[in-house]
Amino acid sequence: MEHFTPVASLIGGMLIGLSAALLLLCDGKIAGISGIVGGLLSPTQNDTLWRAFFVVGLLTAGFMFRFFAPQVFTIAISRSTSALVLAGLLVGFGTRLGNGCTSGHGVCGISRFSSRSLLATLTFMATGIITVYIINHLFGGTL
Amino acid sequence: MSALLAAFGAGLVFATGLAISGMTQPGKVTAFLDFFGNWDPSLAFVMLGAILVYAILYRIIRKRSTPLFTSAFLIPARSDIDLRLIGGAALFGIGWGLGGFCPGPAVTSLASGQAAVITFVAAMIAGMYLYKLVDNIRSQRTSAPMQESRLATPTTPAFHSPQDS
Repeated sequence: MEHFTPVASLIGGMLIGLSAALLLLCDGKIAGISGIVGGLLSPTQNDTLWRAFFVVGLLTAGFMFRFFAPQVFTIAISRSTSALVLAGLLVGFGTRLGNGCTSGHGVCGISRFSSRSLLATLTFMATGIITVYIINHLFGGTL
Repeated sequence: MSALLAAFGAGLVFATGLAISGMTQPGKVTAFLDFFGNWDPSLAFVMLGAILVYAILYRIIRKRSTPLFTSAFLIPARSDIDLRLIGGAALFGIGWGLGGFCPGPAVTSLASGQAAVITFVAAMIAGMYLYKLVDNIRSQRTSAPMQESRLATPTTPAFHSPQDS
């Protein structure tokens, strides 16, 4: 446990919950990032602009961290380009097929006590743990 | 305009939470998933904090009849468990462990300009497009009514399938 950060992680998590509540209160929407980004690929009237504004918000904060606290982007892993491409394809396809990711299912869905989201979260946690086990313990952490 | 500014503000706060919590660090994500190795439980605290806050505020907000700036809440209403849900989540988990990014941190980390995350996000969007293509072909074969039964609320356009997220 080189980087155990329970307090920062708890505070960060609470901000995520607060953001999701803000989006629900103001716009009536669920803060699921794969759904928000995926919806941009099928633009429909009145349902696209808010998604774009949300994504611009994410990127704006990202740039602020890049310039004022770039250490939030530093703990990397050792992956080849082809591994990253495969990972991205699986995340993109899988989150659309399963209707959600860590935010939509893991945070918003579980908070609503949705059985679908609980099951999805347990599933992606399990396959994530198996994948990392294989990479770290059979391939020495590099792929 | 208020609705759009709120969406921008929510994105800003969301990404700030991701960055503070450690979710934009692929090495922390894989350390969290390395349950049978050198486990770093930090990211469990991210979920705990987020669920704690949202579970309470969700119930307070849902007492309102409408949101502040739009006409209706758009909340997923499905409760059926199907292979798409499980299969999709399973594939997502493999990609998450492999790349160390889930969608929110990946988009946020684009701002870092690092080649790894740009590669990942480009592939992620390609994966989403691929799903859209496959789903279009599939829904052309089976007829349209199946899509309609999945509507979250009557305000959703019939041609746009609702998401849990």
